[in-house]
Amino acid sequence: MYAQMVKSEATQDDPEQLAAFQARIDAGEKIEPKDWMPEGYRKTLIRQIGQHAHSEIVGQLPEGNWITRAPTLERKAILLAKVQDEAGHGLYLYCAAETLGVSRDEMTEMLLDGRMKYSSIFNYPTLNWADIGAVGWLVDGAAIMNQVPLQRTSFGPYSRAMIRVCKEESFHQRQGYDAIRKMAEGTPEQKKMAQDALNRLWYPSLMMFGPSDKDSVHSAQSMAWKIKMNTNDELRQKFVDQTVPQAEYLGLTVPDPDLKWNEERGHYDYTDPDWSEFFEVIKGNGPCNTDRLAARNKAWDDGAWVRDGLLAHAKKKAGRQHAAE
Amino acid sequence: MKNEWPLWEVFIRGQHGMSHRHVGSLHAPDAEMAIKNARDVYTRRNEGVSIWVVEANHIAASSPSDKGPLYEPSESKVYRHPTFFDIPEEVGAM
Repeated sequence: MYAQMVKSEATQDDPEQLAAFQARIDAGEKIEPKDWMPEGYRKTLIRQIGQHAHSEIVGQLPEGNWITRAPTLERKAILLAKVQDEAGHGLYLYCAAETLGVSRDEMTEMLLDGRMKYSSIFNYPTLNWADIGAVGWLVDGAAIMNQVPLQRTSFGPYSRAMIRVCKEESFHQRQGYDAIRKMAEGTPEQKKMAQDALNRLWYPSLMMFGPSDKDSVHSAQSMAWKIKMNTNDELRQKFVDQTVPQAEYLGLTVPDPDLKWNEERGHYDYTDPDWSEFFEVIKGNGPCNTDRLAARNKAWDDGAWVRDGLLAHAKKKAGRQHAAE
Repeated sequence: MKNEWPLWEVFIRGQHGMSHRHVGSLHAPDAEMAIKNARDVYTRRNEGVSIWVVEANHIAASSPSDKGPLYEPSESKVYRHPTFFDIPEEVGAM
């Protein structure tokens, strides 16, 4: 998902306090920043919310790439609004993580030097306009699968951020589906582009949910803490079940010859993505990892004088006001 | 890190007649920029008609461990609620 393979931290706290904490979570109470919490809970959440925030921010790059080349003024305005929302989502999430005692700059620095991750999906390129439609439809569709249950997560600030994000996310998916539908219903060349975008983005979208449950070692503790609400395979299955009929409506073919409805299970059987590719992308060897990090580093470095300048101006103004009083 | 912009808490009045409500926080160098940023981050879909910002380190908050002493005393004062009193039906609505 936007947070993949978040390592959960072992916790060495007083068993009695731990039990009381778990009881609060089991009773559906929200944990707030000033409440006692196990160190492992705090650290795991910082890692997860931080990774989620970084994904929103880095996720602006593949789409921002097409703002100036959108096919119409209306599509351009819509894409601009969508990308602005992603910045907002990143900010809500950074603020939620900051309540756990990490600063925004620390998180940014950990992203920039590779200590923190963002979702593997954003290491794939957006080669043409059809990809922008496919990203909204598939990538935001997959994100929604994960974010809707996270509205019920145990950590109050994270839950509230997710509620805000989910309110806005549906616009993202629908504008994407609308854009790709236009192409799927267009000229043969346009339809071919839509199919090509689906072919390239299908498996990377399935990877967003993280490794298969049998290889997902961090789930149990996070699920007990209600930091993670569903297993990776549960969400992936839900995504496939939801998306296949949407592709059929468009007259597009999901690039999986073994995909078929399983009457007995009441779900589609599908082929897992190539996990060796997933682990390579996570390690930094995807098609765009270097570009994405270089772009974020450049933005941070180029913006330094603005951050410093505005702060210096604010201090000078405050000093003057002080002197006048 | 030492040059990080301070954190501001943002309060938005959703509609005329409602009180301002805490919606989240953001970083900004000063109050003017905090309001501008709050407008971009928290009111992109007509969520507000007025914005308050206050620097987070100016907020004093009660601590979770004070929950007992602060709120328990009011639990035993049921007479503060109108339903505590029986009014004869003949008297009518009150």
